[in-house]
Amino acid sequence: MSIISRGFRGRGHEGPPDRVPPGQYLTDDFPVLSAGPTPHTPLEEWTFSITGGAEPVSWTWDEFRALPSEEITKDIHCVTKWSKLDTAWAGVSVDTLLEAVEHDASFLMAFCDGGYTTNLPLEDVSDGKAWVAYTYDGEPLDPEHGGPARLLVPHLYFWKSAKWVRRLDLRDEDEPGFWESNGYHLRGDPWLEQRYWGD
Amino acid sequence: MSVQDMKLDGNAIGGLLIEIFGTDLTGSMGVCASCGAQGHVAALDVYVHAPGIVARCRSCEAVMLKIVRSETRTWLDLSGTRTLEITSR
Amino acid sequence: MAGAALLGRLTWLATEVVDAVQETPRVRTLVLEADGWTDHRAGQHVDVRLTAEDGYQAERSYSIASAPGRPLAITVEELENGEVSPYLVGEVRPGDRFEIRGPIGGYFVWDGTGEAPVLLVAGGSGVVPLMSMIRQRAAIGSRTPTRLLYSSRSWDDVIYRADLEEPGDGLEVFHTLTRSQPPGWTGYSRRIDAELLGEVAWGAVDEPRVFICGSTRFVDTAADGLVAMGYAPESIRTERFGATG
Repeated sequence: MSIISRGFRGRGHEGPPDRVPPGQYLTDDFPVLSAGPTPHTPLEEWTFSITGGAEPVSWTWDEFRALPSEEITKDIHCVTKWSKLDTAWAGVSVDTLLEAVEHDASFLMAFCDGGYTTNLPLEDVSDGKAWVAYTYDGEPLDPEHGGPARLLVPHLYFWKSAKWVRRLDLRDEDEPGFWESNGYHLRGDPWLEQRYWGD
Repeated sequence: MSVQDMKLDGNAIGGLLIEIFGTDLTGSMGVCASCGAQGHVAALDVYVHAPGIVARCRSCEAVMLKIVRSETRTWLDLSGTRTLEITSR
Repeated sequence: MAGAALLGRLTWLATEVVDAVQETPRVRTLVLEADGWTDHRAGQHVDVRLTAEDGYQAERSYSIASAPGRPLAITVEELENGEVSPYLVGEVRPGDRFEIRGPIGGYFVWDGTGEAPVLLVAGGSGVVPLMSMIRQRAAIGSRTPTRLLYSSRSWDDVIYRADLEEPGDGLEVFHTLTRSQPPGWTGYSRRIDAELLGEVAWGAVDEPRVFICGSTRFVDTAADGLVAMGYAPESIRTERFGATG
């Protein structure tokens, strides 16, 4: 039984239960989580590609920015227990990107500058559930938050919203990415509290 | 706090490593499986502001150690460390 | 069977605050009594764990400021937007309780002895583990030539200022105040750079041992500067303080 420290309380606060999943608390700031040095790929060298389909497809930064984009406001939930409501992004829907590729895959692996990877079922990135975002709060996405562009999959724990995303590789099997291979749940639904293996 | 200041070293996970290994590892030597560089565990680049702990080789940045903890389980990936030389005091 | 313990024996110890000493406006030393505490080595730290009434827990690491054999003390700097440090610096009073585990650390330690001169380089609250080393050195009457290069924002931010004003035998203290200096200040007034190191540090030919503690940026800059002066990288031990709050 741990010793309770008089007068100590955590900074997070509770929020409306229909918006804050179990075990989460609300935060007002936007914590930066990092598993390595922040990559800095110059935009002239940046490309985004999709592989594993009939033909690989790739966009330069200018081509990517010319794609139809949308503004999205969503709640986000980090497995480290903070949640942030009504975060505002802009980016390209993954539906739009997948339309450029002929494929019959069921899963994908996202690859990022710096070596991070995360896996997702295509179901979880289709039908308006996922974007590649390059704007946050009306400003170009900060490198420490994943800029120039990151994956945004707000209905799953935020480790799935891979920072510095560069490529989606379409696959038949669901293979674990960086965190999923080391204890974190393959899917990561915060409403089912799927944090770790076997949850 | 600048983003660079978020990068710590093996001293920051000293207590956690004693929990897992039963002895202080900060003064022990690790060999990077990617580049062969040798260094003290205390001198690894350690990232703790993440869903888990990631320790990287100071020479080549490859991941040498990954640790995730839930309330009842600990997952450890040492595949980036070829050899760990643990010195008992 | 002889050898190191097989199971983690590092448990959380029930700890009571017995005294609190304000060092500077944002820095406080807490003198602690922990059930089952064994002694420490100068340079080591403890992990502190706080539990709120709703079960929420937070853990942080703090360096031990006291010399081995003296009452256990940690020194905490209050960080803006911190979660634990504002509590330890602003709220905690004698009689309050929390948990610690330790001592931790077998790398960033110095017992105060040795023939080779020692250079201690501190950035802000990075001075804490180095102060434990300085106190240990004094307690054993060591003759090891030792220099402390200590970077602070202003004179009011210098921790252990009074202790360091009378450094004692064979210890030289060099301050640099990076943001503001008191009237008549003749010491350094800028961030550590190659020229400053060149003036303060021992020559590489003396084969000094070095301990550097502070933020990552501070530590990396100082270490790189010394290596550029010819210091062997293996002679330099560093501890990066996280501004984890």
